[in-house]
Amino acid sequence: MARRAGAPEVSAGSMADIAFLLLIFFLVTTTIETDAGLDRMLPPWEPPTEDPPIIKQKNIFTVNINRNGQLLVEEELVEIKNLREKAMAFLDNGGAPSGSPEYCNYCQGAKDGSSSDNPNKAIISLKNDRETQYSTYITVQNELVGAYNDLRNREAMRLFKKNFVDMEAEYLNPETSDEVKEELKEKVRRIQGLFPQKLSEAETSAN
Amino acid sequence: MSKFAKKKDGEIPAVSTASLPDIVFMLLFFFMTVTVMKDSSLKVVNILPNASEIKKLEKKDRVIYIYVGKPNKEYEKVFGTEPKIQLNDKFSSPSEVGDYILMERAKKSQELQNVLTTALKVDKNASMGIISDIKQELRKVNALKVNYTTYEGDAFRNL
Repeated sequence: MARRAGAPEVSAGSMADIAFLLLIFFLVTTTIETDAGLDRMLPPWEPPTEDPPIIKQKNIFTVNINRNGQLLVEEELVEIKNLREKAMAFLDNGGAPSGSPEYCNYCQGAKDGSSSDNPNKAIISLKNDRETQYSTYITVQNELVGAYNDLRNREAMRLFKKNFVDMEAEYLNPETSDEVKEELKEKVRRIQGLFPQKLSEAETSAN
Repeated sequence: MSKFAKKKDGEIPAVSTASLPDIVFMLLFFFMTVTVMKDSSLKVVNILPNASEIKKLEKKDRVIYIYVGKPNKEYEKVFGTEPKIQLNDKFSSPSEVGDYILMERAKKSQELQNVLTTALKVDKNASMGIISDIKQELRKVNALKVNYTTYEGDAFRNL
């Protein structure tokens, strides 16, 4: 009769089995996702009758990838390793003379008159072959985005003492509070305005 | 002498398994938090390329996935070895991409319909021809925001 003092204990022996069952269920149905990548905007679909805007040749930086993964940059054969440097030199050139409306006061480039006038005007045109391997294309895209990011980082460091990529990641993170976001939005917009990403992708050539 | 003999008949006590459920639960919660549910099974080889300048796709409900790659071994006989597009659970031709995007877009709530991203999960050995076809289709249905999903890593390892 002494045992009636407490309620009888429920056996917890099968708890482990139940937990294992759940664990195995989750192991089977889930994957560790790799959801990160290069964000790009496609150009809108326009009727082909429209006249293309006239752009000065010196403001266009052409990148051509052939089927063997070789790069032709501004009519010159270039290694992919050197692409970022070339793209940065082009974007940061600021060739417009001081005093003109297009003058770029934050550019640190060579100020070469035969290259881009202003980062706002500079366009990178990327063209590839139908047989180009996707991985090569991604590497080139990565380098071009990297060139923009490097320049934006430099300006963000100068203006706000902060890294642009970190600022943008924080801005896009849903866990960031609204006040911080509001503040970051302005800064991110400002830096993006200094070096707008103008990356045009022409339709692929068939041969 | 009897002192030693006495110890022998005492059996080794069993290891207590009382904390086993706790350990298993811990594992369970770990997996529940770090993983997400798989929504479609892959029928194509899908080894993504590496890139370093990547951005995370934060909100899963705003993403439409398109898979491209060489068909898996068991589908090789029927579909060949050329890279194919997989939409949901079936192989498709590039011309079906537009309809698929419109269908998926219609399923989402009104306020999300304008902020959708298309994630292209493309095998690194695919050729650009098929990607260009997909891009043309996406432009036609005005799905302009794309994300080339990659692994994080040095982009030069792709070459």
